[in-house]
Amino acid sequence: MQRVYCDANATTPLLPEVMEAMRPYWMEEFGNASSIHLQGQYARKAVEGAREILARFFHCREAEVMFNSGGTEGDNTAIFGLLRAGDRFITTSIEHSAVLRAAERVAERGVDVTFVAPQANGLIDPEEIRRAVRPETRLISMMLANNETGVLQPVEEVGKIAAEAGAFFHIDAVQGAGKVEFDVRRFGCHLCTISAHKMYGPKGVGAMYVRRGTPLEPLVVGGSHERRRRAGTENVPGIVGLGKAVELAMKSLEDGTMERVARLRDRIEAGILAIPGTGVNGEGAPRAANTTNIRFEQVEGEALVIALDLKGVAVSGGSACHSGATEPSHVLMAMGLDKNAARASLRFSLLKTATDADADHVLRVVPEAVEHLRALSPEVAGTRG
Amino acid sequence: MKQDTTIAVAMSGGVDSSTAAAILARSGETVVGLTLQLWDQTRLAGRHGIPDAPKAGRCCSLDDVYDARRVAEHLGIPYYVVNQEERFERDVVRPFVAEYLAGRTPIPCSLCNNHLKFDQLLKTARSIGAERIATGHYAVNEYDEKRSRWILKRPADLAKDQTYFLFGLTQEQLAHTVFPLGHMTKPEVREAARQHGLKLAGKPDSQEICFIPGGDYKRFLTAYLEEQGEAMPETAGELVTANGAVVGRHEGIFSFTVGQRKGLGGTGRPSGPSPLYVLNIDPASHRVTVGADAELASRTLRARQLNWIGIAELTGSMRVRVKIRHRHEPAWATLEPAGADEVLATFDEPQRAVTPGQAAVFYDGDEVVGGGWIV
Repeated sequence: MQRVYCDANATTPLLPEVMEAMRPYWMEEFGNASSIHLQGQYARKAVEGAREILARFFHCREAEVMFNSGGTEGDNTAIFGLLRAGDRFITTSIEHSAVLRAAERVAERGVDVTFVAPQANGLIDPEEIRRAVRPETRLISMMLANNETGVLQPVEEVGKIAAEAGAFFHIDAVQGAGKVEFDVRRFGCHLCTISAHKMYGPKGVGAMYVRRGTPLEPLVVGGSHERRRRAGTENVPGIVGLGKAVELAMKSLEDGTMERVARLRDRIEAGILAIPGTGVNGEGAPRAANTTNIRFEQVEGEALVIALDLKGVAVSGGSACHSGATEPSHVLMAMGLDKNAARASLRFSLLKTATDADADHVLRVVPEAVEHLRALSPEVAGTRG
Repeated sequence: MKQDTTIAVAMSGGVDSSTAAAILARSGETVVGLTLQLWDQTRLAGRHGIPDAPKAGRCCSLDDVYDARRVAEHLGIPYYVVNQEERFERDVVRPFVAEYLAGRTPIPCSLCNNHLKFDQLLKTARSIGAERIATGHYAVNEYDEKRSRWILKRPADLAKDQTYFLFGLTQEQLAHTVFPLGHMTKPEVREAARQHGLKLAGKPDSQEICFIPGGDYKRFLTAYLEEQGEAMPETAGELVTANGAVVGRHEGIFSFTVGQRKGLGGTGRPSGPSPLYVLNIDPASHRVTVGADAELASRTLRARQLNWIGIAELTGSMRVRVKIRHRHEPAWATLEPAGADEVLATFDEPQRAVTPGQAAVFYDGDEVVGGGWIV
C-alpha cells in the first residue's frame, strides 16, 4: 500500500546526505572530542565544523553555539538555567510541554509565571506580552512556529519588548528552524533552541544559541564540555548529522523548496476544505509552509487518525497521553476550540520531500474516510464530534 | 471461519485477549489491536490511601498497555489506544457511584459491557474499516438458523465462564463479535500463548475491578467524591431486625451489601449468639435490616432492564436456571413476565442473598436466554 507520511512536525527522516556525513563517526572516527590524541582531534574537528555551520545558521559567533540533546533539553535549560524564586517568567499557553511543564516546576519553586493566551487564530498578541511585563520579569519564552497549527509567532516584536523590559528572551525554534528565514539578531533573543530530528537530522541531538554574557546555569553538570555550559561527552555523529541537516535546511530556504511545499500544503488544504463541515485552525495567521490543522465537524478525530493510518496516510490529532491514547490539543483549546472541536482536528505536516503523488493519495483517502465516518455515526454530531 | 474483513481485537494486555489476538492473526485474519483507555489509574493516586503506582493486572495501567503493545508488535499487527475515559466515567463510573450510594451493589463490569465496551468497540471498529470485533471473553456465540437469532452459550471452560457479564449483548453486537477462546480451557489458552511466543503466557489473571484498586469500594467512593468536590451523602441510620426492632445504628448504607456478615461499623452492636447478616437496605429510610443466615433466603426475584438473547421475548412461563452473582451456581426457577420490562423468577429452592443491583442471568442448558438487573 502507498503510504504518505504527513507528520513531519513529529519527526522527519534523515536526508541521505545526513546519513552519509555521519557514517565515519560511528566506527572509524570514533574519538572523544575532549581527548588529547589524534583520534580526539579528529572528533573535535568534526564538532567544531558543525558548530561553524550552526553559527552561520543562527547568525552568531561559534562560541555562542551550544550542543545538547534536543528541544526538550534546550527549553528546560533556558527556564531552569535562568529563573530563581522571586523572578517573573512570561510564556504562552500554546508552548510545547517541554516549556509548560518546566514553567509549572519553577512556579512551584517560587517563580511568578504568566501564561499569555493566543488569539482565536493562534497568534500571540505581542501587546499581551507587554502588558504582562513587570519590573522583576527575568525571562520571556515563546515559540517561533507552533507545532500543531504551524502559526508563526511575532518573535521580533516580543524581542523588542524583552529588550525594553531588560528581560532575557528565549525562542523555542524547534518547529520553526529550517522552515523560515532565521536570524537571532533580528529575533532579538538571548537563547534559541533547535532540534535536529525535526529538520531531517538524527534524534537525540540539538543545539542552542546562547548570547554571549547570558548567565545561564548549566542543567547538566560534570566535565567542562561546551564551555562548561553542558557537561557530557559530545554526541559526535549526532552533532555532525545536525550540522549537515542545518546546512541542507539553509539551502532549501533559498532554492524554492519551501515554496513548493507551501503549494502542496495549499493544494491538500483546499482539497480537504472542499469537504463540507471543515475549517482550518489558525486561518488567516502566517503559518509554516508545511503545516495545516483542519477540523472536521461530526467526526471523531481519534477514529479518523486510525482510519487514515490504515489507509496509508499518517497524520496526528491532539497529543499522546501517558498510555498513547489521544487527548485534545491544549493549543487548540487555548485558541478557544471546545474539547469536541479540538478532538475532531487533525494536523497534516508535510515533509519537504513531499510530492504531487503524495497529495493525490491524501486527497483520495481523506474525503472517503470522513464520509465513511459521518455515515456511520450521524448521532455523533454535538456529542463527540 | 475466515472472512475477508478486518477484525478489531480488544486487547487489555492480559493473557486472554493477547491469545485471542494471536490466534486470529496467525490464522490469517486481518487484525487490528485496540485498547480502550477507560480510566487513568493515577487519577486518584494518593487520596485516601489509594496507591500511587497501580500494579499490573488491571486494565489501562501503563504496564498493561505496554504489554498489549508488545504483543501487537510481536504479532506484527497495527495497534492503537483509544481514549474513552470521558465515556467510561459517564456510563460506568457515575452510574456505579449512584447505585452504590443508593444502597445497591452494582457490577461495573456488566455496566461496562452493556453500555460501553461492545458498543464502543464496534463503533470504533467500523470507523476504522473493521467489520467485526473480537474479545478474550470465555463465551460462545453462534447463529441459530431455526430461530434466526444469534445465541450466546457457556464456554468449554465452565470455571472461566463469563457469560454472566455478557447478558446485555444485542443481536447486532453478537453478530459482529468473535470469541476465539470460547472452545478452549484456560490451560489450553496459556499453552496457545506459549506456542505463539507470547512472553506474558504466565501472567496472572486480573481479578480486580479495573478502576477500584484493591477492590475497596468505599475507599474509591470517598476518593472519587472528594476529587469531584461532592460530599458523601449522609446515610447513617438504624439497624433493624426483620420485625422492625431497632438493634443499633450504622454510619452509612454504602458500607453494606446484602448477604454481608454484619459486624463492621455501627454502634450499639446487637449482642447474641448467632452471627447477623445484612438482609435488606432501604435507601429511603437509610434503614438496614439484619437477621440470621436463614432469613437471607429468598424464593423469588424481580429483574428489570431486560435483554433477551435466545428468545425474542418472554411470552409465558419458562423453566430456566438463574444465576444471581458471578460465583453463583445457577439455580432452577420458573420465569414469568411481570409487566412491561420486568420478570419474576420463582426458585425451586430458596436462594441466599438475592442482591438488588446485581444481574440475574437466565440459562436454558448452556444457552443464555437473557438477563436483567435485580430490583
